[in-house]
Amino acid sequence: MARIELKNLRKSFGAFDVIKGIDLEIRSGEFMVFVGPSGCGKSTLLRLIAGLEDITSGDLLFDGDRVNNLVPSKRGIAMVFQSYALYPHMKVYDNMAFGLKLASAGEDEIRRRVTDAAKLLQIDHLLDRLPKQLSGGQRQRVAIGRAIVRDPRVFLFDEPLSNLDAALRVQTRLEIAKLHHSMNNVTMIYVTHDQVEAMTLADRICVLRDGRVEQVGTPAELYEKPNSIFVAGFIGSPKMNFLTGAFAEAYGCHTLGIRSEHIAVADEGAVWTGTVVHAEDLGSDNYLFVDIGAAEPVIVRQAGKLTIPYGTKIGLVPSPENLHRFDEKGVPAA
Amino acid sequence: MSASRLFYRIGFYIAVVLIVVISVFPFYYAVLTSFKTGTAIFEVDYWPKSFDLANYDKVLTQATFPRNLLNSLFVATSTVGLSLLLAVTASYALARVRFRGRGLLLITILAVSMFPQIAVLAGLFELVRYLGLFNTPFALIFSYTIFTLPFTVWLLTTFMRDLPLEIEEAAIVDGATPWVIITQVFMPLLWPALVTTGLLAFIGAWNEYLFALTFTSSETTRTVPVAIALLTGASDKEIPWGPIMAASVIVTVPLVVLVLIFQRKIVAGLTAGGVKG
Repeated sequence: MARIELKNLRKSFGAFDVIKGIDLEIRSGEFMVFVGPSGCGKSTLLRLIAGLEDITSGDLLFDGDRVNNLVPSKRGIAMVFQSYALYPHMKVYDNMAFGLKLASAGEDEIRRRVTDAAKLLQIDHLLDRLPKQLSGGQRQRVAIGRAIVRDPRVFLFDEPLSNLDAALRVQTRLEIAKLHHSMNNVTMIYVTHDQVEAMTLADRICVLRDGRVEQVGTPAELYEKPNSIFVAGFIGSPKMNFLTGAFAEAYGCHTLGIRSEHIAVADEGAVWTGTVVHAEDLGSDNYLFVDIGAAEPVIVRQAGKLTIPYGTKIGLVPSPENLHRFDEKGVPAA
Repeated sequence: MSASRLFYRIGFYIAVVLIVVISVFPFYYAVLTSFKTGTAIFEVDYWPKSFDLANYDKVLTQATFPRNLLNSLFVATSTVGLSLLLAVTASYALARVRFRGRGLLLITILAVSMFPQIAVLAGLFELVRYLGLFNTPFALIFSYTIFTLPFTVWLLTTFMRDLPLEIEEAAIVDGATPWVIITQVFMPLLWPALVTTGLLAFIGAWNEYLFALTFTSSETTRTVPVAIALLTGASDKEIPWGPIMAASVIVTVPLVVLVLIFQRKIVAGLTAGGVKG
C-alpha cells in the first residue's frame, strides 16, 4: 500500500508536451482509474509512475519519498500490460517467478508465492504450460499473477481488458474488483479509455484531457456533478444530451445538458416535442432517439419494453433538478 | 485439373529439377571423382563405378590435413562465438536504446561491409603484424569477425526491433538489467535469428581463402581451403585430383551436417503467445 503524490508532473517528448503539469494525490489503498480519450496522456502518466519513462519535471512521491529517479523494480510496483507481455519461452510458473528469481528470493519462498497467487487466480493447473497454449483470458490472469507475486505497493494496469472479448471483459473486470478487496485494498492505478470500466471499478476516477486533469472524483460525483462539458459528455452511456441555442437560452445558459434517464415521455406539460427517428430496444431498457429540431436527436431512456413505434410524435418532460447548465467556456453556469 | 494448370505444374517441376541439378552436380561429381584412382579419374562417368577409399586415406594420413581441419573448426567456431556475442549486444543497443547518431552508426556499420577484401588486405596485414597475430589462428578470427559483424549486427538489429517492446518493459519492471534482458529474455526469442546468422558466419569463415592464405605461412596453421589449394602431387607437373576431391568432400560434410541439424531449430513463430495473438 502506498500513497502516491504527483506534484506539477510534466513530460515532454522533444518539443511535444504530453503531460502538462499534473497535481494529484492517490490515497493509500485506493482504486484510481485514469480515463480519457486516446492521446490524452493517460498511458504516459502511468508509465511515469511506473518509471518506464523519465519525468521531465515535477515530483513523484511514494509515501512521501521522492522516487523520480528510482528504477521501476525499486519502486515496489507491478504492472499489467495491455498485450499481457508474458515471456513466450517461459512456462507460466517461470513467468510468474522471474521477478523473484532476479530478486534472488529463496526457492521455497518463490514456490510458495507463485502457488498462492496461482490459486488465488485459479490458474494453478496451468503452471506447466507455455503462454501460447493459453487462451486470452488465461494469459491475462497469468499477467495479473505475475504482478501479484511481486507483492507490490502499487498495482498498475494499462488497459488490461482491451484485448479480451466483451463477455470475458465483464468477467475479468469483476475479478479485478474482487482482487482489489481480497488483497487488503492495495493501491491500484488503472488506465482505460472505457468509461464503463472506470465507473464500475474505481474508488475515484481521474479524467484526463490533453495532458491535464479535467476532474477527479468518485464515479457518482463525476456522473452527477461534472465540472465541464467534456466530463459530462465522457462519463455515462448513452452520452449526455447537449442542447444549445434557443433550447439552452430558455434555461439561461449556453449549453444545456441532460441525461437520457432524466427525460420523461408525456404529452402533458411537454417542454419539447418531436418525432421518434430511431429506437434501440435492450430488453430491460429502451432508448428513443427523438428529433426535436436540435442539432442531434435527443436520447430518452425508458424502462421496460419498447412500446412507441417509429415516427410517433411525442412530448418530452426533462426533470428540472437534473439539468446541467454550462456557459460558453464549457464550465457549469453560475 | 485444367490443361494450362497441368502445364504450369510440369514447367514448375522442370525448373526445380534444373536448379537442383545445376547446384548439386559439381559436388556430386567431386564425390564420384574422390572414389576413383589412377587414370580412371580422367574418364567421364556420371554414375559411380568404383568405390576406392585410397584418396581419403591419403588425405587423412597426410601430415597436416587433420590439423588443418581442426584449425578451420577452431577459427570458424571462435568467429561465430565472438561475432554473435558482439552482435547481440550491439544490436540490443542499436534496436532498443535511444541515442544520438544511432541511424548514422547503423549506416556506417553497413558501409564497412562495402569494402572488398582485397582493398583492405594490405592494411589488415599490417595490423595483424602489428598486433603480433601473424601466422596464428587469431589473425583469421580477428579478420573474419570484422567482415562478419556488419551483416550479423544488421540482421540481429532487425530481429531485435521486431520483439515486442512490452516484453522488455515487463522484464524491466521485474528488475532485469540490460544483460539479463538480453541473455534471459531476448536470446531465447532470437534463437532462429541467432542460428541463421551464426550458420552464415560459420560458412563464411569455413570457406574463406584470401585472408587465410595471406595471414598464415606455415602448414600447421593453415585452414582447409588453403591446404586443399596447396596440395601437391608426386611431382610439380602432377595435380593430385583424387586427394583434392576427397579433401573437398571432407570439408563440405560438416557444413551439410550443420545445416541439417539446425534447420529444425529455425522455427518461426517462437514469439507466439507472449503478446496478444
